Amino acid sequence: MQISMILNGKKIMAEAEPDMMLLEFVRMQGCYSVKRGCETANCGLCTVFLDEKPVLSCSTLAVRADGRRVTTLEGLQEEAEEFGVFIANQGAEQCGFCNPGFMMNAIALFRENPYPSEEEIKEYLAGNLCRCSGYEGQLRGILAFLEYKKEMEQKGE
Amino acid sequence: MKVVNKPIRKKDAMALVTGKPVYTDDIAPKDCLVVKLLRSPHAHAWIEDIDVSKARKVPGIEAVYTYKDVPQKRFTMAGQTYPEPSPYDRLILDQRVRFVGDPVAIIAGKDEKLVDRAMKLIKVQYQVLEPILDFHQAKDNDILIHPEDNWEAKCPVGADNRRNLAASERSTYGEYDKVMDECDIVVEGTYHTKANNQTPMETFRTYTYMDTYGRLNVVSSTQIVFHIRRILGHALDIPKSKIRVIKPRIGGGFGSKQTAVAEVYPAFVTWKTGKPAKLIYTREESQIQASPRHEMEVNCKIGATKDGHIRAIGVYTLSNTGAFGEHGPTTVGLSGHKSISLYGDLEAYRFDYDVVYTNVQAAGAYRGYGATQGIFAVESTVNKLAAELNIDPVKIREMNMVKEGEKMPSYYGETAESCALDRCLARAKEMIKWDEKFPCKDMGNGKVRSVGVSLAMQGSAISGCDVGGATIKLNDDGFYVLTLGAADMGTGCDTILAQIAAEELECDVDRVISYSADTDVSPYDSGSYASSTTYVTGLATMQAANQLKEAIMKTGADMLGVEDTDLLEFDGDYVRSMEDGGKVSLIDIATKSMVNNNQAFQFTANCSSPVSPPPYMVGMAEIEVDKETGHVELLDYAAVVDCGTVINPNLARVQAEGGIVQGIGMVLSENISYTKKGKLRENSFMQYKIPTRLDMGRLRVEFESSYEPTGPYGAKSIGEVVINTPLAALTHAIYNATGLRFYELPITPEQIAMGILEHEN
Amino acid sequence: MLTFRNYQKVASLEEAYELNQKRANKIIGGMLWMKMENRNIGTAIDLSGLGLDKIEETDDEFSIGCMVTLRELEIHSGLHQYTNGAMRECVRHIVGVQFRNVATIGGSIFGRFGFSDVLTMFMALDAYVELYKGGVVPIRTFARMERDNDILVRVIVKKTPMQVVYMSERYTKTDFPTIACAIAKNSDTVTAVIGARPYRAMCVADETGILKHGITEATARAFGSYVSEHVRTGSNMRGSREYRNHLIKVIVRRAVLRLGGKQNAD
Repeated sequence: MQISMILNGKKIMAEAEPDMMLLEFVRMQGCYSVKRGCETANCGLCTVFLDEKPVLSCSTLAVRADGRRVTTLEGLQEEAEEFGVFIANQGAEQCGFCNPGFMMNAIALFRENPYPSEEEIKEYLAGNLCRCSGYEGQLRGILAFLEYKKEMEQKGE
Repeated sequence: MKVVNKPIRKKDAMALVTGKPVYTDDIAPKDCLVVKLLRSPHAHAWIEDIDVSKARKVPGIEAVYTYKDVPQKRFTMAGQTYPEPSPYDRLILDQRVRFVGDPVAIIAGKDEKLVDRAMKLIKVQYQVLEPILDFHQAKDNDILIHPEDNWEAKCPVGADNRRNLAASERSTYGEYDKVMDECDIVVEGTYHTKANNQTPMETFRTYTYMDTYGRLNVVSSTQIVFHIRRILGHALDIPKSKIRVIKPRIGGGFGSKQTAVAEVYPAFVTWKTGKPAKLIYTREESQIQASPRHEMEVNCKIGATKDGHIRAIGVYTLSNTGAFGEHGPTTVGLSGHKSISLYGDLEAYRFDYDVVYTNVQAAGAYRGYGATQGIFAVESTVNKLAAELNIDPVKIREMNMVKEGEKMPSYYGETAESCALDRCLARAKEMIKWDEKFPCKDMGNGKVRSVGVSLAMQGSAISGCDVGGATIKLNDDGFYVLTLGAADMGTGCDTILAQIAAEELECDVDRVISYSADTDVSPYDSGSYASSTTYVTGLATMQAANQLKEAIMKTGADMLGVEDTDLLEFDGDYVRSMEDGGKVSLIDIATKSMVNNNQAFQFTANCSSPVSPPPYMVGMAEIEVDKETGHVELLDYAAVVDCGTVINPNLARVQAEGGIVQGIGMVLSENISYTKKGKLRENSFMQYKIPTRLDMGRLRVEFESSYEPTGPYGAKSIGEVVINTPLAALTHAIYNATGLRFYELPITPEQIAMGILEHEN
Repeated sequence: MLTFRNYQKVASLEEAYELNQKRANKIIGGMLWMKMENRNIGTAIDLSGLGLDKIEETDDEFSIGCMVTLRELEIHSGLHQYTNGAMRECVRHIVGVQFRNVATIGGSIFGRFGFSDVLTMFMALDAYVELYKGGVVPIRTFARMERDNDILVRVIVKKTPMQVVYMSERYTKTDFPTIACAIAKNSDTVTAVIGARPYRAMCVADETGILKHGITEATARAFGSYVSEHVRTGSNMRGSREYRNHLIKVIVRRAVLRLGGKQNAD
């Protein structure tokens, strides 16, 4: 089937089998940041935005994204860098394999809830598994980023 | 120190947080054959007939291989120094299948759907045999897992395939029986841990291709490039010179990738067909045919005086190596040597073990490597001793634990040259407020809070065995390239080793480019396991950097017309004459190296160490138990680590936090169980529950550094010790909260709730 | 792995119904559960084009289209208010936000899975399902019906004055529930709905009037025992029958006390 969508701001058209998942589809389009970590929708590594909502691309049919907007980390490089610096400064990115899904979901969180509490952060990101970092460093990075964001906003930037 | 002991950002950090395509499946050629494995549904069977004719005929299928097509020389998949202590018991595909999930056929084709279709057309006739699923039944059972004549144990580890033994040993120090008899109190317990899975987020995967020179190139998510080269040479029965192994960025290891889990299959396909091939394991495959922790039952006996002075410790370990022997003979040793040694110069100890084959998946290397299981038993027994003597568990440790300078007869006779365990214990006690909270506090609402404690140790590389390697080169503009054979699996060793080089060469860490790992280019390194990289590869890095510094000084001396290099100093940017203030820049020296030059500016060092200085750690947990539901809430975990000098505090802290959470998973949620037919139930993240970020409370990690004289800048290691405290600490906290003693992990809310109910009745 | 040859985004319910009469074809909701099955289907029937992804709230009821996601249920302010936070509590443990942005109420309810928090909750709310051919059916009845080839079009929650509380116990925080419990109190009686027993949710009403004269520690405890005696439980990987029997007593008591206004009943 022919599928067309806006992928990271660019309109694309491609052939896809009806049972192809969005995960395979976006990787075929060169969005390698999107990873597969499991087959049971548990790990969150494959998180992408479908019309601004974070979804599991491993469980979303490519054909269901037809005519819609899909965003991966490749399309959020500036935001990823700005926020990612705070994760990097903790050394919390470790092997990095869970990172893209984590970054996507964190960015979704900040958009929905600009200054979440620690509880809200943990709950929103509960579907993002990590085996390397023990989660604590990721939390430190997020809190440091929120501090920075607040300072920037107060300075009026 | 300008660069070492600084929280420097990892070199690949920004690439990783922005999702750059740097992993195996991101860089694999697009035209790779897709390789998949047909797996045995039986725990133990003999293939009477396997018909792949229909599968081979499917258009787009390149090849289908069975046991009839592979070399008949047995090998091991264990990533260890040659000759490997693990038995040579593997074939690429065998006519006997030994566990549910054991590969039976290799299928390679154009795409996944085709390969799946072809797989369904393979007809296998199995003679189903009785399996051994209980490791208590394995030793001397009539059923043999490896009856074959060409099974081989290259090292004297007490292995005997006719007894289902992969290893066996008995050892005693001092007059053990006599001392035990004399003790006022003897406390005992048998502790059972399961075949926990490391679950790195990136599953096992490899791609292979033939290069211009007819050599097999292997790009793999691995921790052990050089061992893979050897293993493939043996498995394919081809010269090692025909093989090159490269490691890109990998998504975690924790020891799982210290075994050649996936490499051999696409390698075989490429070698046979000449075409590039790729095998990506699903999560399910990474659960059922992986290299999990050895299931162990560790019996620990401690004899002490009535004032709590420990005189003797005895450990017996029964270890389940599964269908193949990788890491079986070696993990078991740590269950005694790296647990008993926490108590230093004992009067006597006994350490016996048996490692048995069974019909479940082969175990392998998982962080801690046997020490985790042994420390669970020993520390739990110390906690039990404290309770029976009514001595504070912290106090009993202060009385007995190993001190700096003390000999450890159970630790290969080594001495604890650097040991800050006392400071670690004191600080952890402060952090968790032990005196206020021990043993427990009834919250009045059906919940009770309590604390628990455990010590831990590990090693730093395998003494007299592990080899670290580093090559460092000066380039134009005065930047360096550090080539390594060690494997950064997210741990950040590429950065840490660059920090060490930069400290030696007195420059910014950005001036040192790290490259790893490629068997054609990298200096030999045993690989990243056994907590070896910071220690032995760090030492090699220092040596190589020093040799390069000498060459720089020598050339600087020539250029300045000075004869004696003792009259010169190097500040990272300039070689200066202390006599007349003359100076020549590193950049000029680098330029000189490219013109009319006979001086090498690239140096390699290899390093082993005669000792393996243990890092030490203290973990204290605070929990809240809901007495009615049995639910355990992790409130706080205070950990203090002595890893010697901390090369990078950020990375060391995150290592500790990651290891602690893995340990928490082992205690509270990660179970391994089999159906009657030997099928693994926990074959997905849906069933194998690793902790989410909601399943741990506060984690607080601090460092109390000793100084290790044999280590780079006084450093030891941290990679494995970090998983070793939660098992006994949490089990202890649960005991203090409920009065229930648990000897098997994981401890479920049901066991706690029903245990409390039974107690009350 | 789930494979299928055809995909049809239908233009009408009739079209969907026709296609669904063939055994090889299946309606896909969030597809999360279906995707894990090793099966090959003919046509995947997608209802996404029918505007069934809305929650319509009037003074009398909530009309929830079958394609509404669990996340939408979670953040809907009207449902939040009507259930006093119980709706949010019911879904917030389910895997993660990205999962709940994909899982649909239609898939959750039609599946009538034992582990379903959602089914447990909506049974407590005494909701109705609107089936394409079968009409409007009380969900408590629907739960006991066998699966057929009808289509679940929407879920209707009438705004009857009631109080409802949702609680669950699970192994790790985002795992399947070991036991799920929703307690609903309306003008007539108190009803406990127990799910993940591990079988699908069932109702136990306070027929003997244990709570008739008010909620106290004693009456809540008595009702907990009563419910436990009237619910058939079983064993699975998450827990044994005996543990579930015990948990039911505990969780029902706590939920009832919360209903009675005790904030920190747990």
